[in-house]
This record gives sequence, structure tokens and C-alpha cells, in this order.
Amino acid sequence: MKVRTPLAAAALEPDEGGRYGVYGGRYAPETLMAPLEELSRAYDKLRRKRTFQRRLNHLLEHYVGRPTPLYFAERLTEHLGGARIYLKREDLLHTGAHKINNALGQVLLAKEMGKTRIIAETGAGQHGVATATAAALLGLDCVVYMGEEDMRRQRLNVYRMQLLGAEVAAVDAGSRTLKDAINEAFRDWVASFADTHYVLGTVTGPEPYPRMVRQFHSVIGSEARRQLRRLAGTPDPDVAVACVGGGSNAMGLFSAFLGQRDVLLVGVEAGGRGPELGDHAARFSGGTLGVLHGARTLVLQDEEGQVVGTHSVSAGLDYPAVGPEHVFLHDQGQIEFTSATDQEAIEGFHLLSATEGILPALESAHAIAEVTRRAPGMEPDQVILVNLSGRGDKDVESVLEYDAASGGDAE
Amino acid sequence: MSPRRKRASRDGAIAAAFKACAKERRSAFIPFLVAGDPSLEATPDLLRALVAGGADVIELGVAFSDPIADGPTIQRASHRALAAGSSLSAVLGIVERHREELGVPIVLFTYYNPVHARGVESFAAQAADSGVDGVLCVDLPPEEGLRELQPALEERGVDSIYLIAATSTRERIDRAAAASNGFVYYTARSDVTGEREDLIPTLAREVKRVRRRVRLPVAVGFGISIPEQVEEVAKVAHGVVVGSSLVRLVEENAAEADLAGRLEHRVAELTAPLRG
Ligand SMILES: Cc1ncc(COP(=O)(O)O)c(C=O)c1O
Repeated sequence: MKVRTPLAAAALEPDEGGRYGVYGGRYAPETLMAPLEELSRAYDKLRRKRTFQRRLNHLLEHYVGRPTPLYFAERLTEHLGGARIYLKREDLLHTGAHKINNALGQVLLAKEMGKTRIIAETGAGQHGVATATAAALLGLDCVVYMGEEDMRRQRLNVYRMQLLGAEVAAVDAGSRTLKDAINEAFRDWVASFADTHYVLGTVTGPEPYPRMVRQFHSVIGSEARRQLRRLAGTPDPDVAVACVGGGSNAMGLFSAFLGQRDVLLVGVEAGGRGPELGDHAARFSGGTLGVLHGARTLVLQDEEGQVVGTHSVSAGLDYPAVGPEHVFLHDQGQIEFTSATDQEAIEGFHLLSATEGILPALESAHAIAEVTRRAPGMEPDQVILVNLSGRGDKDVESVLEYDAASGGDAE
Repeated sequence: MSPRRKRASRDGAIAAAFKACAKERRSAFIPFLVAGDPSLEATPDLLRALVAGGADVIELGVAFSDPIADGPTIQRASHRALAAGSSLSAVLGIVERHREELGVPIVLFTYYNPVHARGVESFAAQAADSGVDGVLCVDLPPEEGLRELQPALEERGVDSIYLIAATSTRERIDRAAAASNGFVYYTARSDVTGEREDLIPTLAREVKRVRRRVRLPVAVGFGISIPEQVEEVAKVAHGVVVGSSLVRLVEENAAEADLAGRLEHRVAELTAPLRG
């Protein structure tokens, strides 16, 4: 199968202000407005350029390892006793998660724009590792902002980034997690945009980030569709499931199925320790409309508009806002959102490990948790497509800690 | 709404303050503090000190959990203010109780989310009732502001102030100028807020570029912290904004009994070059 990233596809674009209905937009300090406009123009020009597409697709195929397999999880299917479960194996990509699709696309774009320095934020470390990798490959300097709390729980990824030649800048403000790392990356960019591109790692942020990041990941859904047609006899699953931090792996998968009423799209947020504000990152159940990091979207905040802390066992989902297009599509009835708790995600992690020999990223384990709830109630001729957004090697220590603390599963 | 607040925005208290300074052939001095730092109780005294030291307009900062346009000094102040219970409601309360007594126009300097959370209509009504003269949202450029907050403020005679930056294209400068009332705020640096040793060498040229396109007074801020810099900027700008260095003074003297006195003294030093 040839790698074809549907970059030029114009389906479901926001308006020119980056708005999806009342969501999205470009809420940025004035200094960044012109650089953002420049980025939108450069991206729109390049994504239509054959040579750029060819270069990206070549690297995706020979360096990143696309297309990723679609795998029928037979033992998991048997174990749950219901719908047939197919895993889109983004965990098999170079660097271990879907994040590289976007990181490589943006770093290539930055290089074309003549930038010499790359900055990024990271939560789980996967986007940071992917960006550091792309920067190393293309010979650009790279600084990755990361909250101190995340550096602690993802210390292997910190060292990986350093091995790749990136500087990891510790962020000790606020909750010391993903949100604070994004704040710091914006602060850097306000002063550095002349030679620096900010590689935002998910479908949040000001225009053009939500649509650009989605488009770089849309290859996930378009591949999965072609693969399903061959493997399952139908291009369209009954249900497609993905975890949602900012929402990039989910948008990447879902983009191929939007507008198809017979495909149920399900996004899974981090339910954390429970439904109390501050204990989770479930924006669709606990969030209200707000403006954070350049976009109007659902935000976990108090009545005075102060953003509150979040919690998730998975650093990649531990973020108080969600991509604006998700909120728009939720309003339209196109995506359903649910959440999985820390405990359920850990159980999903163990289940997939034991039944299929695949350690999922804790982020992806939230999607597995939803599958374990949903599949048994479905018919054996129905199909669930799951985005396995990343591999779990980075999380082994967190799972060990969690299990030890709960006297549970660790053997 | 009290009749006192019913006025055409074009000649509100902010415009009047700039006019009064122009009459005296000097630039306006516009100090910035984060409301509620170090405590909500201390803030009125600090505002009085600003006025006593020579403030013509006050920029009152509303603390926000995620201040992406601010450097470490104002980040820490925001954090202290939030820990001390500050919020948009609390800031509006301070303005309501003290605006008249202070006698100088107050511009709320805020991120958009606290305003958005309250609801723009309800915010605009309360801001007008409290005596707020103008509102500047750091992360609300004119294209978003004109659709959302501006109509509500305008209806109640509260000025909207927009930022202009070194990166602003001619179209963007024109848009900000057309959308603003009272004055426009030119950011002297493409950077976050904070004290800096030197002004950028091209600042005078940049400010003149903006002044040629803008009929309103142009205030300049970001990175201005010592009297010499105030003097330099005043040569080209209608208003000079000093933030981080005052915020740092508050931080370093928070436990001192005469915090307000020290602040007043510092503001007097900063305004001295303007009085010539
Ligand atoms: C493996 C993996 N999946 C999912 C996510 C969440 O991000 P998004 O919702 O943008 O896919 C992350 C983020 O770090 C991740 O590493």
C-alpha cells in the first residue's frame, strides 16, 4: 500500500478565522498574530505542493514506517465476546506513537519556511521525542518544554530527547504538566518566531494548528479505511474509538469517517480519580466554554475563569482543554465522548498485554477500556476500530507504581 | 447604571487624561500592578500610592492562571494574587469602591478567559457600573474582540484598547487603531513582559511608524523599568507604561510596613523626567 497523506483534501475546513462554528479562532497576543498568519499561508501553500507531499510521504514510508498495520485482535475479541476488534497500530511507528506524523510534517514545513530552530511542548514525552527526532533528522536545533511532574513520570523519554540532541527545558510553574509546558512554549515563541517554529503537538491552539495537525494525522484514518475494506470486507466500522487528550490521534482516525451516520465515533477522555473537578481531564463532562491557548473550546475552569488542575495517570491526556473541532463535532452529533478512569485504563493496559502481547500507551489504554465496556454488547458481525495511538514501554514504571500502590495486578 | 458613567466613549476619562497631559506638553505615565498582590486588602493603598507618585492612568492587572504573555515577575505576582483570593470579581469590587476616590482612569489589563467566563454582557455591565474606564485583553486581537467583547463595552461607554506590536502589519495597525478608543498600546518588545537593560534601538522609529497611522494617543510598554528609559520613550510616545519593575518592588517589599510609601517614591522617580 502506498503512503498517501491526504493533505490537499478540503473536507470540513474551518472558516478563514479558524472557526468551527463558535469554537476555535485565533486568540493570541498581537505579537504572534502576524507569525500565525504567515504560518497559515506557508502551510496552505506547501500542502498543495507536490514536491512537499512527495517528500513527506517518502519519509513517512521509509523512515517512520507507514503504513501501520491494521490488526485483528482475535484473542481480545474472543475474550470480550462481541464485536470484532481491529487495532490501528500507530504504536509501531518510529518513536512509538502517532505523534511523529504531525511532528515530521511540521518540522518539514519549518525547514521550508527557513526556520532554524524548533520548539515544542510535551506531556507524555511522545510528542517531544517525535519532534526531537524530526529535528535531528532535518538538522534543526530543538528545545522541548516539559512540566517537572511529567519529567518525573516520563523520565525515560526525557533522556531519549536528550540523546536525540534536544534540550529539555523543565517547567516548574502551575501544575508542572502539559498546560504549563504549552504556556512556556508560547512565551519562547513570542520572542523567537523570527527563526523558530513552534511545533504544537495536538489539535488545539490558534488557527492554523487545529486543522494542520489534524491533516498531518488524517493518514491514520485514510489507511485504516482501506485496510478495513480488505480485512473486514467493509471500509466502515460500526464503532471507531480513540483516546482524546488534545484530540490529535482521534481527529486523525475520525477524519476518514466524518459525515457517515452509520459509523459511531467515540472519543475517550481521562476520567482520572473520579468526577470531582481537579481529579480528571474529562472536558466534555466537567468543562465549560472558555478560551485557552489560542482557541475557544471546552475548558476545565472555575467560575472566575481560572483554569483548574487536572489529573490523569496518563500524562498525555492530562490537559484542561480539548481541540475546538471536537467540540463542534460533538455539538453536531458526530462524535460521542465518554471517559475511562485511571483504574479502568490500567485494567485495559493489563488486558491488552495479556491477551495480545501488546503493551499499549496509557493514553491508548483509555480507548481499550472503552472497548472492553462496549464490545460485549455488540454482535459478532460488527466491527470496532480502535486507534492504538502509542506503545506502553514509556509507561511501565507508572503502571508498576500504580499497581504497587493499589496492591493490585503487578506480579 | 449611574448617570456619571453614561458618556460617549470617544471623550471618556481616558481621552481626557491624555488631553490634560498634552496640554502640559508631557507624556502620560501609566503604571501597572496586579490587583490582589500581595493581598486584596493592600491593593487600594498601592493604587493610592500610584496616584500620589504621579500616575495619569492606571493599568490594573487581573491575575490569570495561565499568563502566556507574561515573564516570571508578573507570573509570580499573578500566582500570589490568585493565592490571596484575587479574581475578576474581586478586581471589579476594588474598582467600584475606589475609582472615584482615586480620580484617575482605570484600564483593566486582563486575559480574555476570566471575562469570557463571566459572559461579555454581564462583564461589560459590571465593568461600567464599577467605573472601569477601559479594557485591554492581552489575548483578544481586534478580529476576535470586534465580534465579541467590543460591542458590549461600547454600548456602555467603556473603552476598548488593543495592542500593536512590532510584527503588526499596516493592515493590523489600522485595524487596531480603528477598533480602539482612548489610546492604543504599542508593545516595545517582541517578548513577554519583564524588565530589560536596554530599549531596542529601533524603538523610536517603530513608534513613529505607528503614530503616522494612528489618530489616538500611543502608549508604549513592555521592558521599560527605569527613569532614563521613561525619559527616552516619552520623547516619542504619548504614554509610558511601567509594569514589571513596580511589580518586583511590591514583591520585594511585600512584608514592609511602608510598602505603599516605597511604591509612591519609586513612581515619583519614574515620573520625574516627564515633569521636566
Ligand atoms: C500515545 C499517545 N496517545 C494519545 C495522546 C494524546 O494526544 P492526542 O489526544 O492529541 O492524540 C498522547 C499524548 O502525548 C500520546 O502520547
